[in-house]
Amino acid sequence: MRIKILPLFLVISFLFIFFIFFKGLQNSNIYSPDINNEKDIPFFETKILNTNDKVNSKEIFISDKFYLLNVWASWCIPCKDEHPYLMDLSVQNNIEIIGLNYKDNDKNAKNFLKNMDNPYKVIFLDKDGTIAIEWGAYGVPESFLIYNKRVIKKIIGPLNKNSYSEIINLIK
Amino acid sequence: MASLIGFYSLIFGLCLSFIIIFYSVRNFKDSMVFDNKIIFSTFLQFFFVIVSFLGLILSFVYSDFSNETVFNNSHTTKPLFYKISGTWGNHEGSLLLWLLVLTLFIFLFLIKSKDQSKKYRILTLLFQQVIIMGFFIFLIKTSNPFNYIFPIPKEGLGLNPILQDPALAIHPPILYLGYVGSSIIFSSTLAATSLNYISKEWAKHLKQWVLISWIFLTLGILLGSVWAYYELGWGGFWFWDPVENVSLMPWLALTTLLHCILVLEKRLTLTSWVVILSISTFTLSMCGTFLVRSGILNSIHTFANDPERGLFILIFLFCLIFLSLFIFFFFHKNNDKNVDSFFWLSKETSILVNNWFMMYFLSVVLIGTVYPIFLEVISSEKISVGPPFYNKLIIPFLIPFLLAMAIGPKLKWIKSDLQDKKYLILFFIISFLLSIFIIKILNINFLLNTILVTSAFYLFFITLRDFFTKKFKNLSQNISHFGFSLLILSILFNNIFSNEIITNLKVGETFQSEKFKINFENIEKRNDQNFLAIIGKLKIESLNGNIETLRPEIRIYNQPNITTSEADIKTNLLTDKFMTMNFIQNQDYFNIRYQVKPFMIWIWFSVLIISFGGLLSLLQKRYEN
Repeated sequence: MRIKILPLFLVISFLFIFFIFFKGLQNSNIYSPDINNEKDIPFFETKILNTNDKVNSKEIFISDKFYLLNVWASWCIPCKDEHPYLMDLSVQNNIEIIGLNYKDNDKNAKNFLKNMDNPYKVIFLDKDGTIAIEWGAYGVPESFLIYNKRVIKKIIGPLNKNSYSEIINLIK
Repeated sequence: MASLIGFYSLIFGLCLSFIIIFYSVRNFKDSMVFDNKIIFSTFLQFFFVIVSFLGLILSFVYSDFSNETVFNNSHTTKPLFYKISGTWGNHEGSLLLWLLVLTLFIFLFLIKSKDQSKKYRILTLLFQQVIIMGFFIFLIKTSNPFNYIFPIPKEGLGLNPILQDPALAIHPPILYLGYVGSSIIFSSTLAATSLNYISKEWAKHLKQWVLISWIFLTLGILLGSVWAYYELGWGGFWFWDPVENVSLMPWLALTTLLHCILVLEKRLTLTSWVVILSISTFTLSMCGTFLVRSGILNSIHTFANDPERGLFILIFLFCLIFLSLFIFFFFHKNNDKNVDSFFWLSKETSILVNNWFMMYFLSVVLIGTVYPIFLEVISSEKISVGPPFYNKLIIPFLIPFLLAMAIGPKLKWIKSDLQDKKYLILFFIISFLLSIFIIKILNINFLLNTILVTSAFYLFFITLRDFFTKKFKNLSQNISHFGFSLLILSILFNNIFSNEIITNLKVGETFQSEKFKINFENIEKRNDQNFLAIIGKLKIESLNGNIETLRPEIRIYNQPNITTSEADIKTNLLTDKFMTMNFIQNQDYFNIRYQVKPFMIWIWFSVLIISFGGLLSLLQKRYEN
């Protein structure tokens, strides 16, 4: 009796392993952490590029308005790729684009904007990168769509056609 | 042109499989003598695969970008050496290498097994042909290395720079000789089981093949580890990465098999162990191929994430598993006469003890590797299993394992009594005192470390003494065990004594620590054939006035445009000084990692000793024959 059960058991367990591997194949193996969409925006205080005035985030992000917080730097090459999309967004009248200048030096940042045009309404400075960490940014560029003091969408990496039209749909 | 020849050679090779099977089946039934046509066709098949392989190499050498594989993995500015090694540095080419090793081994098997029975040889060939056909179809259908692209691109996409390393260029062929070489063990065990052919002579004959696979597998893993150390620049040699694990699992099974087959050869017991281990070694190799190639795990070896490929290997793998299960349960007759009658103190028992330890290590590695996949499918939860898991589960069990390894070989077959008891005890006390002394002067007082170092020293001294007392009896075993003790000792000391400093420095700045200071003298640029190197020059001055200059590099490759950091390593007998340098974005600072790693070279050296033991055993057997 034992001999009959053992092969059966083995066959079943191997079939089970086959099933798991088969299922596993269909899963994407690229790790993407869960992004809690509806998260309150973190509070911060920092200086503004150009004027060096102190601001805090509460003064900037008002309730019933859309904002796009864009983390950028002059040394970041993909930031140049997404720049046209930011320019397009900046002419939309129901959204304001806020820059977060990440680990940059002021001179380079100003040059960058002079050469490429400035889509930002206001630019915060994040010299040591801590504000970006507070926001949960993985790197530059990254953009957070904000409404009612909540992050409703996070775009990792440069903006592209898809994410651009997604934003346009969301802010309609 | 070369691609075209290569492709048609593959088709011919597949056709020859059918011819070989036809001849073999006819020969199996009809005549008494072995048909030489079979050997000839096997050779022809091997020849066609070689032609195909050479075709691919030539396409790489001449940068024939009309070939898709070449286009994806090569570039005209690449040095010739890496053009050639790029042949197997990709999915398609490496599968062609699989096929090459498969056909090579069956051809060698047929030549070398002339004294075995005809039926056994033919059946082994048939099983091997099943595997070979599977891979032919896999290659031609889903991963053809000779796909044609039009219009012909002017330039290729280039080889991933971290694969452009001498150790990695020879790592795949050597590893494959071991990995794929285990296929012949699989086929011949299935053949022997179905024919009830298992005997002492068979064990002796199979042992050679086990040894060959084992030696190459050991060296292959060593090369992979050397590459990780010198090229990845993480300052370690083993990361418990799934890819490393899938090469370790067949190694553990193969090492256990090697020990079991010794028992089978001398005492004709443990046959079930031998059969199961032979099957599982090859199955684990296949399973490893599946895990790293299908894209189910993410790693450097995942060349392409094509689900169709993964599915093919998966189905093929399980067909082989079910075939072997079928043969095992329906044909295997357990002719162990004295399974349950092992005397507790005998060589057989000690080998059984070794087996169970090995199986334990194997299951830890297996679970650590595949459990995340299971968990994700069942509960869609993602976890990653890292070094702490393996360290906690494996290290404590190394202690009894090492002690058993020291005493086991001293026992005699059947029934034994321990001789030289006082030496065994004396050596244990010496090792214990020595490790207490070492641990004490370094102020790291962990009980676990002391016991671990003690048992490693114990094995070290016992095997060392055996070189003198036993003269040349069992020399190969002694060498390998000695190498293993050296390996564990080096790894332990390497872990305990390693030192690391991470700092950001500008050119001209100095970093001061208690034991040494690092002075960043200058950087220079150098243009190489396919990369631009930025070389830092850092002077390290230790307290006793020793000055050493290290030159870590940052390499910016042109195609693909990737930056890698090349560690500079100063090696001497006792320690490695290891330094890497990295950019920090938009700043004058460089990130400097400086590590002092003792006994690194002994880790490599001891693995060489271990495999040398295997080589010696192989040659000795030849000599006796």
